[in-house]
Amino acid sequence: MPLSGNPIRSKVRALTDNAVTVLAILATVLVIAPLVAIFIYLLYKGASSVNLAFFTQIPKPVGETGGGMANAIVGSAVLLAIASIIGIPIGIGGGIYLAEFGRGTKLANGIRFTADVLNGVPSIVMGVASYALIVGSHIPFLPFTGHFSAFSGGVALAIMMIPTVCRTTEEMLLMVPHAVREAALGLGVPNWRSTLSITVKTASPGIITGCMLAFARVAGETAPLIFTALGNQFWSVDLNQPIAALPLQIYVYALSPYDDWHRLAWAGALVLIVLIVLAVSLVRYVTSRGVLKGAS
Amino acid sequence: MGVGIEVKNLNAWYGSNHTLQDINLHIPANHATALIGPSGCGKSTFVRCLNRMHETNPIARVTGQVKVGDVDIYADAKPVEIRRRIGMVFQRPNPFPTMSIYDNVASGLKLNGYSNRRVLDDIVEKSLRNSALWDEVKDDLKKKSGASLSGGQQQRLCIARALAVDPEVLLMDEPASALDPVSTSKIEDLIFELKSQYTIVIVTHNMQQAARVAEKTGFFLNGRLVEFDETHKIFTNPTDKRTEDYITGRFG
Repeated sequence: MPLSGNPIRSKVRALTDNAVTVLAILATVLVIAPLVAIFIYLLYKGASSVNLAFFTQIPKPVGETGGGMANAIVGSAVLLAIASIIGIPIGIGGGIYLAEFGRGTKLANGIRFTADVLNGVPSIVMGVASYALIVGSHIPFLPFTGHFSAFSGGVALAIMMIPTVCRTTEEMLLMVPHAVREAALGLGVPNWRSTLSITVKTASPGIITGCMLAFARVAGETAPLIFTALGNQFWSVDLNQPIAALPLQIYVYALSPYDDWHRLAWAGALVLIVLIVLAVSLVRYVTSRGVLKGAS
Repeated sequence: MGVGIEVKNLNAWYGSNHTLQDINLHIPANHATALIGPSGCGKSTFVRCLNRMHETNPIARVTGQVKVGDVDIYADAKPVEIRRRIGMVFQRPNPFPTMSIYDNVASGLKLNGYSNRRVLDDIVEKSLRNSALWDEVKDDLKKKSGASLSGGQQQRLCIARALAVDPEVLLMDEPASALDPVSTSKIEDLIFELKSQYTIVIVTHNMQQAARVAEKTGFFLNGRLVEFDETHKIFTNPTDKRTEDYITGRFG
């Protein structure tokens, strides 16, 4: 029996179509709404305190008004740089192993399981663990250990980045069509070369997205830094010393009893979000340049 | 110049599945040889054994002897060296999606460590001319991705990529099965041109195609080579009853 000939059926189908479309739009709005709400609220609370001094001055002592978070902004940048330098190569390397070389082996399955568990470990636990491993005890021949330091903060954040980067890298590599790998093998390209130059390159937009997600996630982490980077009221970019960080500064200021500090905390939260968005957009812009016409 | 291929007692397995059984044949140099047969008869597996691609699947296994020119490829050579001498064109066009047209053609050389710009330029142009694609892409060589071309152009790009490493043998696994009739006839013309310089082995489901391009034709059935002879003999006066049934459309 032809399906198209029945007028009632086609009406029902058109109605279902509309209903599903409306539901999908509604769901999209619900997804975006909290983000927009948070951003508007931050603008409302924090925008008035964001001024030049905020970006150029370090915090004033209690009782004095004004001051800024310049040291925390730079501190966050330093911590994130350390975390990215350590975490991204290890994460990507692990992901390549899981997807290309260790597929189906017990070791790979173990690593995958560990990464998934690590992904779910609360950040405060990461902080305590990092403290126990590299802050609480000095490791022979390894500099920066045995006390609170920027380096240990960076390491704690790196440990949080690794599982996310590792698993997204693996998943993006597995999405590269088998035909592309075969094309490279068919040309007599050695496996390692084909993996690095063809498979990883083909998957790189997805891998970069994974790195950016991990970056943005740890950029706002406070808990692991409490036990490692500790925070600092003064200028410091010394990897061997405690260092300030935006989330830490926001945490301390928001819990303080002073109205002026509360305002600065709001401003800090706003700046943190804007800076993360800027950093992610910049990376996306830089990496999307030079992409060819028609490349998927 | 192309070289001949001598296959002796070739057996291949996927897991416990014995996909090729005791294949013996001689593929002549600088000719096109077509392999026909119903789906799953082992003809794709056979060509994949000729450049050791079969064994890239972890559950696959091969025994027997394949001599390409003077080299016993399973005894005397590493798989990557063999694959540089034997080009392969796959059923679905598979250009590298992130590379430009130029880089796609140059990839075989570049990825094997070759980087002389002027020589690469020459080889890219020559390969694209040989694959009859040069006039269509010469203005966008470095601007457009290989994936932006049409299906037929992508397949000729893949042929250019295979030719750029200057192989002695060109294996083509149903190179036109995903293409429209116009692109198909271009590929066939190309095979005709290329066989003076290369030994070509082409797997095809299209019997007219085999008759048009190949001097020799082999008929595979259930993992065995049923008949291998001059193409006109296979299509006009086959020795084996099964070959006759297949080419007259009685099964398969």
